[in-house]
Order: sequence, then structure tokens, then C-alpha cells
Amino acid sequence: MGKTLFDKIWDSHVITDLGNGFVLLHIDRLLLHDMSGGKALKEAIEKGYPPSQPRLIYGTPDHTMSTKPGRTEKSFPPGEPLILSMRETTSAYGIKLFDLGQDGQGIVHVMGPEQGLTLPGTTLVCGDSHTSTHGGMGTLAFGIGSSELVHVIATQTMVQRKPKRLRASFEGKLMPGVTAKDMILHLIGELGTAAGTGYSVEYAGSGVRALPVEARLTLCNLTIEMGARTGMVAPDDTTYEYLNGRDYAPKGAMWDRAVAHWRTLPTDADAEFDREHTIDMKNVAPQITWGTSPEHVIAVDRAIPDPSTGPEEKRGAWEAALKYQGLEPGKPIEGTPVDWVFIGSCTNSRISDLRAAAAIVKGRHKADHVTAWVVPGSVRIKAEAEAEGLDRVFLEAGFEWREPGCSMCLASNGERVPPGKRSVSTSNRNFVGRQGPGARTHLASPAMAAAAAIKGAIADVRKIG
Amino acid sequence: MDKFTKVTGVAVPMMRQNVDTDLIIRIERLVDNVGREGLGPFCFEQIRFKPDGSEDPDCIFNQEPYREAPIILAADNFGCGSSREGAVWALKGFGIKTVIAPYFGDIFNNNCFQNGILPVALPIEEIQLLADEMKASPGNARVTVDLENCVVVSPTGRTIPFQIDARRQHAMLNGLDDIAQTMSHKGEIEAWQSTDKTARPWVWL
Repeated sequence: MGKTLFDKIWDSHVITDLGNGFVLLHIDRLLLHDMSGGKALKEAIEKGYPPSQPRLIYGTPDHTMSTKPGRTEKSFPPGEPLILSMRETTSAYGIKLFDLGQDGQGIVHVMGPEQGLTLPGTTLVCGDSHTSTHGGMGTLAFGIGSSELVHVIATQTMVQRKPKRLRASFEGKLMPGVTAKDMILHLIGELGTAAGTGYSVEYAGSGVRALPVEARLTLCNLTIEMGARTGMVAPDDTTYEYLNGRDYAPKGAMWDRAVAHWRTLPTDADAEFDREHTIDMKNVAPQITWGTSPEHVIAVDRAIPDPSTGPEEKRGAWEAALKYQGLEPGKPIEGTPVDWVFIGSCTNSRISDLRAAAAIVKGRHKADHVTAWVVPGSVRIKAEAEAEGLDRVFLEAGFEWREPGCSMCLASNGERVPPGKRSVSTSNRNFVGRQGPGARTHLASPAMAAAAAIKGAIADVRKIG
Repeated sequence: MDKFTKVTGVAVPMMRQNVDTDLIIRIERLVDNVGREGLGPFCFEQIRFKPDGSEDPDCIFNQEPYREAPIILAADNFGCGSSREGAVWALKGFGIKTVIAPYFGDIFNNNCFQNGILPVALPIEEIQLLADEMKASPGNARVTVDLENCVVVSPTGRTIPFQIDARRQHAMLNGLDDIAQTMSHKGEIEAWQSTDKTARPWVWL
């Protein structure tokens, strides 16, 4: 029987079998960010375990600083000690840090692929659940906790149990106004937020093969929102074209050797999955979440669900979500007034995302009552966007154009949606209080978020054109 | 790591689905320099307190006899979402020793085992019965979670077996440190790395 992409990478990284289903897995890349990076390095060192492979560890601050134009680590004082500690500990062990104000700094899941640190066929971990993002490059990548982080720093390995395999196939072409964000939200809506628990996911099918790398990263980013720690897209020519020439990608003869290896990785035709799910792309419309879990999602032209007609076991959760969100069941979601729009995060802050949003915004102005932010994912993306004039498109439309960071995705940096205010956000979580205590979040694609800023209400991007 | 052998106490029937780690501990509490041990007071703050900072009497964690409960009874997918280990530290600081749910977020589940908190997976019907028995005898009912024998004992004395990986059970019972165990494989790790440097030199920067 053939092997899946996941099995090929997993099996080739097993150092030893520990028994009872556990193996010791080699970790090829460890990425650090400011929330936990400095602390974990410090803890490892204090325990007597300095980094065993510092050349396989890379870091960048993203979580705990302001994204205000002209910011420094001092602009958000609570985050300063975390950034300083990261700076100090990485420098002590020669770990490369893409620091604030430097080329390369950005959201850690944007930085890795951008620098060519994220490579097909490798294992990559980071103390952040959205590490699944890197799977878009054909990388076995997953988020870990602080203790596991210390373990990787100390040993460059992890003790792991092999998950089951789920293949999600998207067949067909993107319909108008639809993006990778809509594909993954649609999938989570169909399968639920826990369908992937205990699984690794492979995204496949003609609809996925046609996606550029940045869209594949978005697709894999939300894998954790259906419960799976890791989601992957098999590497192909699209991947190699994206990767070739990037700073840390192999060069010359080494590049050819690497590509030859990567070409052996895609899932064999006779490989088997524990679960298969297929989606017809004809049925995927622009999505918007209505509740407080990513599975609370509908097509933008649908009505807000009524708990009394929903599945019995979800009734209580739906009622609580509608109450928190201040929404009435049965009414169309389109037209719901919006106060904030956030375009950014490790899900949707790459150049293609900013272009898609700018295409909607160009020549228009945001609604007066809306505060709209654009937070590019990295220093390089910001520069690229400015070279194309996208910053001017946003600024002329009344948007704020900010510095790279996680910003309002998770409110760990003083950047919050105020209590009771409604936000359309291109991020990945609409949990209670995620964007700030009492904040009401609706997840959507960059184009949908841009449309909401223009209309001042949740809007169907297909009607804006 | 702290050992876990057996816990007997009040079980709080939270019975909520998809309790995410953002709900367990807000991210800004992990930015503030309160330290791991200081997170308990902020555990579940968004549901325990009203916006004005006063306790919400409707929240079960604020009701007797559940205030000091060491056991949480929850519905599907407890601990989903963010990888923040602070969620486990907050639960620990709040006095929680074990959470019983049908299943858990994968990363949260791993984080629990790093901190001596036991996640116990039982069918939702069993958890509902435990919740019913707790509510039927407020003040007197106690639940026991026994890791050595892998059983939960209900307030009425029913014994419900649960499953756990033998490796994890052993580590929890003995408070073993993962890194020390892995270090015993140092030779194998170095041998693997040495071979890999020849096979995939492009990985080694």
C-alpha cells in the first residue's frame, strides 16, 4: 500500500520508537515569537539545557508590540520585557532574530515561508497553534505548548504519537468572490470545529492544486480551527516557483537535489486515509461567521441561524453565541452594521490579500462610522505594497496603514476592538473576547472585510464588483 | 513535573462545548508579568466576572459547593483553540486537578500532561450522569478520579473506567520529566542527525 504525504515526512523523521504508540520525532525548524520565545529559551538554559541546534531555530517578534506607525518595543510597554528577553536570549546563542525595525520581521507564520525557512518535507514547530499555516508549503508543521517548546530547544526532538489521516478534497473552480479563506471556513462549517481532533489533514483536489502558495498558507492556517494540529498541501511546481531564490532556500545544485527529493513526497495514488471528505467548489460561496466559534459560519447571502431549528446538541451554544453577538435569528446577516474592520493576521496579511482588499477599496471611501485597519504581515510585504501604491489606496479610502504584527487578531498588544463593537476581521478566531473583552467578531476574507468597511455593514463582495 | 495519583472532590458541571483556551485565560494575562503561579485569579474571568468586575452569581464557578471544586465536567472539545500553556497554568492556579470531557483540544491535552493536570475522556452520557449526581446531592456529592486504576468513581459509587496511554499514565504517576527521558536517547538523536546531514544537507543551515 502506498503512503500519504504526511506518512512519508513523519516516517522519515522518526529517530526511535518509544513504545505504546509514541515515537521520538526530529524537528527540522523551530520558530520563536515574543509571547513565549524568550521565556522558553530562558527556562531551557536555567534547567541546564542550552539550545542543542541553534542554527535550526529562528525568531521574530509579532505578538506583543504596537503596530502604530513609527512604533518601537516601547510603544506597548507591557510587551517590552518579552521582546527584550527574546533579543537577549537569542543573541546569547547565535539564534537568528528578525528583530523589530529590521528587514524580515513579521508575523512568524508569514516570516517562515517568506524567508524560505519553511521547506517542503521538513518538520517545523512553533509555540503557536497557527503553525499549521506552514503546511501550505508541504511542511509537517504544528503548534506546541511552552513545555514542549523547552523540550525542542533542549533536544531538537519531540515525543509524539502519530495522528490519523483525513483528506479534504476540493474539486472544481473558485466561484466569483470566493477565496481560500472561504474554502476553509466552508469546510469547517460542514465538518465542525472538532472534526480534525486527533487527525492530520491533507488538502487536495483540483481546487487546491490551482491555488497559489499564499492561498494554500491561508487554507492550512485555519486547520487548527477544525481541531487538527497540522494541515498540508503537497508540494508541486507552484511551491518550487514560490520558494526558488528566497533567502534561506537551497541554491544551485543543492536546489536541484532538494527539488528531486521533494518530488517524491506527494501522496501515492493507492495510499489510504482514515477519513475522506470532498467538497464541490460550486457550493462554496463567500463566507462570514455569525457566532463565537469558527464553525458558526454561513454564506453571506444566508439568514442568521435559528437555534430552535438547529441540531439539539448545539442549541445552547448557538443561543449563547447569538446573545453575545447581539444578533437576531432568522434575519439576513448581510446589512448588519459594522464598527471595525481588521485586515491582517497570519491568515490574511500577505501581498495577495492586500491586493484583493485594495481592489475593492480603490476609488471608494470607508463608511464614516467604521474604523478600518490594514496591518501587513511583514516588513517586506509592507514595502512591496507601498511600491505598488496599495498604501495610498487604503489611506485615501480612510483606512489606517500600520506596521507588521499580530495586532487586533488576539488583543495581546493593546490593540483591541472596544466592548460591544462589531468587527469584520480577516483573522482566524471569533471566540468570546478574542479581539478584546466584549468585542463581536465576524471572520471573512480580505475582500469581504474591505467590502464591509466601504458599506459600513456586512456586505456581499459579489455585489460590489 | 507534579505527580498525579488520585483526586477526590466536588466536580463542577460546566457542561459547555468548545471551551477554548482564550476563555480559560485571556492573552493579556500572559503578557502581564504575573508569572505562572499568578494566573489562577484570572481563570475563566470572562464568565466569572461581569464587565464591572463584580462576580456573576449566575456563573457556576461562583456558586456553592463548586467554588473550590478540583474537577471540571465539560462537554465536547474542551481546551480547543490557542496553544497557550497558560490555560493549564491558570486552571492549576484555580485549583483544578482534572478535567473530564468527551475529548480535548490536541495541544491542550498535551500541555496538561506537562503540568500534572489529568484530562479524562469519557462519553458525554457518562459525564451527564456525573453532573446529574452532583446536582442531586449538593454539598455531599464527591467524584474520585483514580489514575492508578484508571477509574472515575461517581457520587453514588458507580465505577467508570477510562483509558489513557500507558506511557503518559506512567509519567504522571511518577512525575517524570520528558526532557530527562529524551536525553537518554542522545546518542540516537546525534546519529540520526549525522545521517540526515548527508541525506538532506539543504535542511542544515
